Amino acid sequence: MAEFIDLVLLAMLALTALRIIFLKDLFAVVMLFGIYSFLSALIFLNLDAVDVAFTEASVGAGISTVLMLVTLAITGRKEKQSTHSSLLPLFVVLVTGAALIYGTLDMPPFGHPDNPVHQHVAPRYIEESPKEVGLPNMVTSVLASYRGFDTLGETVVVFSAVIGVLSLLGVRRKKKKDLESGLESHRVLHVVAKIIIPLVILFALYVQFHGDFGPGGGFQAGVIAAAAFILYALILGLPKAFAVVGPRFLQWMAAAGVLLYASVGLYSMYMGGHFLDYNQLATDPVAGQHYGIIIIELGVGVTVFAVMLNIFYAFGSQAERSNVQ
Amino acid sequence: MLEQHLAVLPIILPLIAAPLALILGRSIFSWGFATLVSGLAFLLSWQLLAAALSDGVLSYAVGGWAPPWGIELRVDAANAFVLLAVTAISTLVLVYSKHSIEKEVKAANHSLFYTAHLLCLAGLSGILITGDAFNLFVFLEISSLATYTLVSLASDRRCLTAAFRYLVMGTIGATFILIGVGLLYMKTGTLNMLDLAERIDLYDSSRTINTGLAFIMVGVSIKLALFPLHMWLPPAYTHAPSAVTAFLASTATKVAVYVMIRFIFTVFGIDHVFVDMGMGLILMALAVVAIFKCSYMATVQSNVKTVLAYSSVAQIGYLVLGLSLVSVSGLMASMIHIFNHALMKGALFMAVGAVFYRVGSVDIKDFAGLGRKMPLTMAAFTIAGLSIIGVPLTVGFVSKWYLVIAALEQDQWLVAALVLVGSLFAVIYIGRIIEAAYFQKLPESRSSENIKEVSWLMLVPMWVLVIANIYFGIDTSLTTEAANSASEWLFQTNSMLENKVMEGEVLEGHAIEEKAQEVSS
Repeated sequence: MAEFIDLVLLAMLALTALRIIFLKDLFAVVMLFGIYSFLSALIFLNLDAVDVAFTEASVGAGISTVLMLVTLAITGRKEKQSTHSSLLPLFVVLVTGAALIYGTLDMPPFGHPDNPVHQHVAPRYIEESPKEVGLPNMVTSVLASYRGFDTLGETVVVFSAVIGVLSLLGVRRKKKKDLESGLESHRVLHVVAKIIIPLVILFALYVQFHGDFGPGGGFQAGVIAAAAFILYALILGLPKAFAVVGPRFLQWMAAAGVLLYASVGLYSMYMGGHFLDYNQLATDPVAGQHYGIIIIELGVGVTVFAVMLNIFYAFGSQAERSNVQ
Repeated sequence: MLEQHLAVLPIILPLIAAPLALILGRSIFSWGFATLVSGLAFLLSWQLLAAALSDGVLSYAVGGWAPPWGIELRVDAANAFVLLAVTAISTLVLVYSKHSIEKEVKAANHSLFYTAHLLCLAGLSGILITGDAFNLFVFLEISSLATYTLVSLASDRRCLTAAFRYLVMGTIGATFILIGVGLLYMKTGTLNMLDLAERIDLYDSSRTINTGLAFIMVGVSIKLALFPLHMWLPPAYTHAPSAVTAFLASTATKVAVYVMIRFIFTVFGIDHVFVDMGMGLILMALAVVAIFKCSYMATVQSNVKTVLAYSSVAQIGYLVLGLSLVSVSGLMASMIHIFNHALMKGALFMAVGAVFYRVGSVDIKDFAGLGRKMPLTMAAFTIAGLSIIGVPLTVGFVSKWYLVIAALEQDQWLVAALVLVGSLFAVIYIGRIIEAAYFQKLPESRSSENIKEVSWLMLVPMWVLVIANIYFGIDTSLTTEAANSASEWLFQTNSMLENKVMEGEVLEGHAIEEKAQEVSS
């Protein structure tokens, strides 16, 4: 049954991808990208990778769709006719695809418990992590503790992204204050947003602190919280959103999240361990792991939230400017 | 305490400093802070190289988790040597960039510039030091994103298209590397490089591993701008701010070459890559074409930055040629050239940046008569240019010498001859610029302009590199010793692993494969 579901999902995925290639309407393309992400999330779910599915749904289908839509507000909806010949790219894609198929021909039997992936490092994670790290969610143990250095790196990648966007676009504060912005005249939207936003923020906090026990963690929580603020900015307009959290403050927050994460590492070095050795944070190693993971997840959440919202601000203020002109 | 954490400090120092530089905000503060941090990283990497040369290898388990479960940082002579070059260039470029950036980057973006520079430095250091294949990808992402930002910061609008092109190509390269690492993980169940090496040897003929190798090699080739995947490089180097070009030209592609060396020699093993897959011939052919095609392209350009960019692609040809010879001396020639080329290109791009600072353009015709107006800058350019050509008493000669020796060692007469012919192209493209600077008169229209020498803040780092070009050209003990022990080390670990597998120390892997085959049949 699981295979059948997989097959259907994969077929839909391929259809969506093909449609994306041939569509010229970029708005529809963005929507299809959202569908594509949801389909991949379903496939991950079917593979029992709930954490990955959750991330894919919140990042791939959620925030990236919003960011791409804001980009369309600046650039316009229609794809320009390409002047390049598409033969060489087609050839490259075909060769790459053929290589991938060739490579998977003698891959280990799918999902078999004797596969190298399940036999080499994984057993330690499965058997020892409840004792060593003390978390019920092994994915979080691996991400935040065993491979915590990677996660620090990923947080810095997100931070680098905002540096790039800010250097290209910058966040412009509007000069004319009386300019109509947002959707102020839409009463229904106002009421709905007022009900939804607190719930979304509450859910974000739940995801942030529940990552130790179930799917969740800083990345997803940061994205969800940013979505709540983006909704606010869309409906009430950027100036009002700036009054709640300004772009300058967000820059600070993005930096602070990375620093919070790294400071855990520095503190564990100060206590005599290696960088990011959470065992040093408390007398009981397992308690130390717990503290460490909560703090670094908070750092991740803060940075991701600040970066996503700031990128939206940068795009949004640009879009408003181009609409005014 | 310092010694215990020596391996991790060069990564986390700039990594933590980057957000701080953003918070500092004011241009002058973030400049001073970034320079200080980069200087500290240089001192640390000096210590690291000394430790690696005396002790062989330093292993550091991040988070206290032993490899392969946690992430291992692994310093040996090879990466400590490249790290030394990277941190040195970064520090000099930062000193240089204060004035250069004031001219070429909008004032509002200055602190973003220094933040991005520190992020790039942290990423490059991470790529060099890590002993974990996925961790390498993470740091590659950091350095790449920072690089695209740096390129796009120039006030010239054309830098945006160049940065975009670079971004698309770079992202494809990074994705290929990720796919490759994924395939390796699927077959071996590990991400630690040494552990990967042991377990890959068990599956020599596996299609999955071979495809992984192909994806990684193509991805890295895009990153290091190996011909014909170099198309992103000339526009990016031409339109980026001069300080950025000086930094990237002497570090980013070199680090990518190091990644290629690391994957070939440590992870996959020479036998697998060169004997079974026959990649030596492919790499050698591409390298030779790169040397000729791009040296020729360099001779017909009118923008000096483009000339030097094409020259960089040609020099990358020399680097790849050295490692494709599959010998200790060939690899050593590559390692020496990584270091030496950083010295040459750093100095050249700094000199060109100084010309841009005063003249506002870097076309060859605008170099006319500059030999008198900017004597120190043009003298620096000339010496570094002679080094690119390979004139004795410069580092360029040392590089070419070892490369030719390595080729002759294997009776590759043709390759040796081609290397020497390639230098003739360098004579042409460097000669054109020097001729304009010294033997052409300053045009009448310019004589009224106040063109004078740049400030010492730009001259000192430039001349430090020029003196290094001569010093390491005469006293080669440091570079050859480090490069020699680096390449011997790379070969030694390779044969060590093979012996280990032959003795059957890692039998459990065999058992798994047999089981897997039973299941699939």
